[in-house]
Amino acid sequence: MNAVFYLSAFVAVISTIMVITRVNAVHALLYFIVSLLSVALIFFVLGAPFIAALEVIIYAGAILVLFVFVIMLLNIGSEAAEKEKQLLSPQAWTGPALLAAVLLAELIYVLVKGGSGAGGIGIIGPKQVGVSLLTKYVIGVELASMLLLAGLVGAYHLGKRDRTKKRRTA
Amino acid sequence: MTASVNLDHGLILAAALFVLGLFGVLARRNIIFILLSIEVMLNAAGLAFVVAGAKWGETDGQVMFIFILAMAAAEVSVGLALMLRMYHMLKTLDADAAGSMKG
Repeated sequence: MNAVFYLSAFVAVISTIMVITRVNAVHALLYFIVSLLSVALIFFVLGAPFIAALEVIIYAGAILVLFVFVIMLLNIGSEAAEKEKQLLSPQAWTGPALLAAVLLAELIYVLVKGGSGAGGIGIIGPKQVGVSLLTKYVIGVELASMLLLAGLVGAYHLGKRDRTKKRRTA
Repeated sequence: MTASVNLDHGLILAAALFVLGLFGVLARRNIIFILLSIEVMLNAAGLAFVVAGAKWGETDGQVMFIFILAMAAAEVSVGLALMLRMYHMLKTLDADAAGSMKG
């Protein structure tokens, strides 16, 4: 399992370096998804399967999709078609695809050989995490819900069209 | 499967990812990349929490990761809304273009 840990750590570092050095934002997002997947694999090996699932579902599945939506919103028009054509060129997707293939091979190896917690520490499952979350940290959960509500209201307020300004310019 | 993973190396990985994200925040001027680098740093902090939780066999590290996840979701929604607003006002994503305030 040591090899799996170090290989996915290597993939994580390489893809993060690619994230901060890309010029095209969509390429950076592709590499960032690979980085998140490799960190999720590390969580799985370290015996945190619930956190690994959350990393894939919420980080890679929700937050990154939000990024993709906003980037697509920003370049509407004729440039978008050019970008789309560029995105399908092999040099855009071979790098992330190779790194993701390494991760897939590792994941299959881990699943066949030992499952989660095979790093030798022991599994802390979703049940224990949930019990701890709703007994010891219940105030933290309330605070997180208030933070999410504030984020929702803030994003709505900032994102809606500014009517007063339009009237002033017209 | 035989030898357990050295958890100090997990912390080293978290530190490396955090420094990469910090470098991204400091070096890039496109606001999309600044937000992405902040995400890299938050993810590295969560990795450090989970590794520390695994080291002592406690659930606290994973609970903290869930809190970081909620915080990152709120941060990214507000940040992206601000970015859209900035793009509509200034027609650019350069962070330096927003260097001066109105007063």
